[in-house]
Amino acid sequence: MKAIDPRPSSIRVIGLGNVMRGDDAVGILAARRLRQEIGDRVDAIEAEMAGVDLIELMKGARVVILIDATCSGLDPGTVHRFDASDSPISKQLFPCSTHAIGPVDAMELARTMGVLPATVIVYGIEVGNTNVGQPLSLPVAKALEQIVDQIVQECENRHA
Amino acid sequence: MGQTKSEGEKKTRTIAVGTIARVEGEGALRVTVKDGGVQDVELKIFEPPRFFEAFLQGRHYDEVPDIVARICGICPVAYQMSAVHAIEQIFGLRVDGALRDLRRLIYCGEWIESHALHVYMLQAPDFLGYESGIAMAKDHGALVARGLRIKKAGNAIMTLLGGRSVHPVSVKVGGFSRVPFRRDLERLRDELLWARDAAVETVRWVAGFDYPDFSPDYNYVALAHPDEYPFNEGDVVASGGLQISADEFERHFTEHQVSYSNALHCTLHGSPYLVGPLARLNLNHERLTPLAKQVLADRRIPLPLRNPFHGIIARSVEILFALEESLHLIERYEPPPASASPIVVRPGVGMACTEAPRGILYHRYEVDADGVIRKAKIVPPTSQNQGRIEQDLRLFLPRVLDRSDKEASLACERVIRCYDPCISCATHFLNLEIEREGV
Repeated sequence: MKAIDPRPSSIRVIGLGNVMRGDDAVGILAARRLRQEIGDRVDAIEAEMAGVDLIELMKGARVVILIDATCSGLDPGTVHRFDASDSPISKQLFPCSTHAIGPVDAMELARTMGVLPATVIVYGIEVGNTNVGQPLSLPVAKALEQIVDQIVQECENRHA
Repeated sequence: MGQTKSEGEKKTRTIAVGTIARVEGEGALRVTVKDGGVQDVELKIFEPPRFFEAFLQGRHYDEVPDIVARICGICPVAYQMSAVHAIEQIFGLRVDGALRDLRRLIYCGEWIESHALHVYMLQAPDFLGYESGIAMAKDHGALVARGLRIKKAGNAIMTLLGGRSVHPVSVKVGGFSRVPFRRDLERLRDELLWARDAAVETVRWVAGFDYPDFSPDYNYVALAHPDEYPFNEGDVVASGGLQISADEFERHFTEHQVSYSNALHCTLHGSPYLVGPLARLNLNHERLTPLAKQVLADRRIPLPLRNPFHGIIARSVEILFALEESLHLIERYEPPPASASPIVVRPGVGMACTEAPRGILYHRYEVDADGVIRKAKIVPPTSQNQGRIEQDLRLFLPRVLDRSDKEASLACERVIRCYDPCISCATHFLNLEIEREGV
């Protein structure tokens, strides 16, 4: 795991998920791609199944962009974007988390304790197949390309 | 939510409550109540680690630690340790000295991380009257911050030795892919000292909780080692009278299917038994570190602890033990001459048990002459405790059946949480359903 950059002005991209469980890898793979593409301008962290540790991973950043799998029942590959900076986002979107404290809880705990970064954007990608050892399904692989481009653009705008 | 339906003369009442909160992973519980008595308690587990057992077949032995680490984000070290010990047994390899110490140290990190999360965020809200750790944090921010900082001390050990705090990548058959310098470990000391003091406060804090009077008759099962509180080594010992090596595990402990769950239930000579911190503490408290022993004595905590709700005390004592042990291991650390012992691959079958945060984790591997896994078997602690959880619920439910469905369900959740079930090793979704017949 890459060391956390304590610069208060930093943008930190955090990919969540499990690389061995098919489409659930999408957040991790997105963070990996973003490190290759804009790693010189943002911190990109692969945080497999981070649970409550997400609080520590977010600390000190000005802007956090989280990327995780969602399973709300929409078509696989559907991309969601939420702004969690000022109010909670729905837990119902992230039932894929098998953690007692998933990413939404971790964000709310950080908010309660006063350590949530000023800006927190969440990208969710609807998943299809999350079986062990499977590659990304086609629609999710396409969505991966889309969100990488979208997040590169968002980071450029936020730097501007 | 409650539902009553008539089937001829018989009335059946079904109560379905949403996901059970504050357990690792998701599954389902169904309780059937007939004529005021508990008829059936079924803990359903939908997704056992059998996928991983099949997935491991055909893989090279050196891939195993990285694969099994992904079975669970909470206890990856346990999976890695049971795997490497089982495979090393096949290769006739014994890892000793500083490498053995580093294995104990990374296991300390996992226990600290896992136990601190459960004590502070998952179970303490039950005793302080909150529906979640987040709700508790609103009123008790300093307490939650203390818990998270203790957890972070465990993370720091995992990150240093494992390369990262979740799914460590440096554990391998024979040792580690790299080992730390002494100065790397020394940098952890100040924070571990703080956490040790905070762990003393934690034991004092939880010892003062108000516990229900509930003491089922358990057969405690844990590893026991003559010289140390167990992590990686020891005989499998049962309080009911058994002492065997891991090689003999499957002769005494039998997995069997139940119709309502995909996970296998494991029994000892046909009966449920208890693994985990309570069993470990009861069978090993004489080998605790000095401060842990002293705090137990100061608080007049009577051993053995027979109440499942006292699991939070056992976990807190084990946090303190693991921090003292970490400091001790760091103090005597001298880097080993090599980060791993040389390996000579040979075919065979190997078994190992180690103590995961939630109890004994058994692995068996069959390896061919090329070092390829032919068969793998994994028995996680939560599968072993399933039967015992059901039996506790059967015993506890009569106390709460006169309450509303919601309150009875919450009481069931509290009992289940005592076990800190790591259903993520095994399951997908936990709903609670109570069916009442003749009510």
